[in-house]
Amino acid sequence: MAEIQIRNVAKRFGEYQALRDINLTVADQEFMVLLGASGCGKTTLLRIIAGLETPTEGEVWIGERRVDHLAPRDRGIAMVFQNYAVFPHLTVFENIGFGLRMHRLPDEEVRKRVHRTAELMHIEELLGRYSGELSGGQRQRVAVARALAMEPDVILMDEPLSNLDALLRLEMRAELKGVLAESRTTAIYVTHDQVEAMSLADRISVMHQGRIVQAATPVEVYRNPAEKFVAGFIGNPPMNFLPARSVGEGQWEVAGITLAGPRSDRPGLDFAIRPEDVTPDPAGLAARVRVVEPLGPHLLVTCDVDGHMFRAILDSELSVAPGETLNLMPRPDRIRWFDPETEKAVS
Amino acid sequence: MNTRLLPYVLILPVTLFLCVFFVYPFILVAQEAFVADGALSLDNFRRVFGHWKFPLSLRNTLLLAAAVVPVQLGLALLMATMVNRMGRGRDLVLYIWTIPLGISDLAAGIIWLAIFEQSGFLNSMLHGLGLIDRPVNFLSYQHPGIVFLAIMLAEIWRATAIMLVILVAGIGLIPKEYYEAAEVFGATPWKRFLRITLPLLRPSLQTALVLRVILAFEVFAVVAALGGTLFPVLMGQTFVYQFELLDRGAAAAIALVILGISIGFTLVILRVLRVPKGARI
Repeated sequence: MAEIQIRNVAKRFGEYQALRDINLTVADQEFMVLLGASGCGKTTLLRIIAGLETPTEGEVWIGERRVDHLAPRDRGIAMVFQNYAVFPHLTVFENIGFGLRMHRLPDEEVRKRVHRTAELMHIEELLGRYSGELSGGQRQRVAVARALAMEPDVILMDEPLSNLDALLRLEMRAELKGVLAESRTTAIYVTHDQVEAMSLADRISVMHQGRIVQAATPVEVYRNPAEKFVAGFIGNPPMNFLPARSVGEGQWEVAGITLAGPRSDRPGLDFAIRPEDVTPDPAGLAARVRVVEPLGPHLLVTCDVDGHMFRAILDSELSVAPGETLNLMPRPDRIRWFDPETEKAVS
Repeated sequence: MNTRLLPYVLILPVTLFLCVFFVYPFILVAQEAFVADGALSLDNFRRVFGHWKFPLSLRNTLLLAAAVVPVQLGLALLMATMVNRMGRGRDLVLYIWTIPLGISDLAAGIIWLAIFEQSGFLNSMLHGLGLIDRPVNFLSYQHPGIVFLAIMLAEIWRATAIMLVILVAGIGLIPKEYYEAAEVFGATPWKRFLRITLPLLRPSLQTALVLRVILAFEVFAVVAALGGTLFPVLMGQTFVYQFELLDRGAAAAIALVILGISIGFTLVILRVLRVPKGARI
């Protein structure tokens, strides 16, 4: 049982504020993904949980213990590093068994656990090899097996798939998810790849400029972004934004059409809609088509709506050419509104 | 120019240089050692081995190397680890520690002579503290242990830095994440040193040890300054044969003996510290 609690954690490197006021609870056996662009502080937060960095302020709790003053080895964690850090001078067997040996487990137990995790990661036949004789994907498997062999309360992963090629990444992603679900450990996983985050996570913490902007399930983060940043970061392509002007009584004028929205005393809001949540409709937004990209299952159409870029994902049977004008109606239940000043969602 | 020939053309100058100033003199020395009275013979070696000072100087040389090199290795590893963990002032400390490298070995011997001789610092200090009534001649035949100790200290002081420099560079090449991984997986600082630093440092340890061991078998000036004739070593005997006994054949023979010992130890070090294929960083 290991619930992770991060309380008011901040981290400064000299003048640079890498993390500010982080509060996060990761439930026992939950798969939490820290998602953000490079420099957002996600790796720093993971390293603070691991004990490889000390927080400038705040506390870290794992299970019932406060751990921020403990050495990494006393925290009951295991970690998978971005560059794998598979020891070059040890065989695969000794790499996987490294943590077990350090904790002075009897030889028989080490052997049993190494073989079990190697089997789980499909690398039994590599146990006698050195890291220099392995491919990137195999090294990755060794790194994961080394972490799993510890049977840790918490497993931390720092962009573990980022050095693999696309096909291998897809394969490992599915495998990792299955293996971790089976091992019933709490997992924290850092990535900048939103597809990876969506596919793996029980919950995603979207990070931006040293803050957690939103921590919620993948669907929630996708459907109901808490801030304009999340709306513009998640989704490929991300949400479309258009300025909206209040016409009173919760009605808003967006690029020439009137839509129902929140009752707010603000004179203007930002209207937001996902590209796949619009349908051609004569009463919709007038959109001048600039680029049409047929992507197989659908068309990605980049248009100009009232001087703003607007992307739509439309049925591939629709025939549309650059220069034409489309009328696109947003699905009313999928429209989101953001305060242009605070950038927070308004409902 | 033909690109296949270019590499050979480029290494030609250094090859010529080595041939003229290394290989050719080496052949001359070998010839000198194996030729006596105009005929091929082992007389020179017989004469050298038969002399009563040979076993003594061989023993002394090996003993000194055995006493000095492990201490230097330990010190250099400790110092390199310390330097590597320093942030600010790292370079300054490194420069200060490597100062003895810039001092010639004879000068180093004289510095330590100034400490240990009858009118030296050690005597005046002990006298000042009231521990002795009159100066003691530490470097005399009555105190062979102290003579050995003084030579050992001078050698350690003088030549640890050469290993330090190599090991500092080697430790710097070990990626930081191996240490982080070891730390996360439960290795204490001591275990990290034993299980990560030492094995990954093997290539640098090889270089440092080979260099240092060869230098240890060539020890001469420090011993001459501190021990004089009290502590004969192989290189000292070479000097005696060449310049005092004017026996060039014997001098060449003993030089080849030193070379043979050096090659032997080099092969042992390379073998013991070899890194298996596929296990390199």
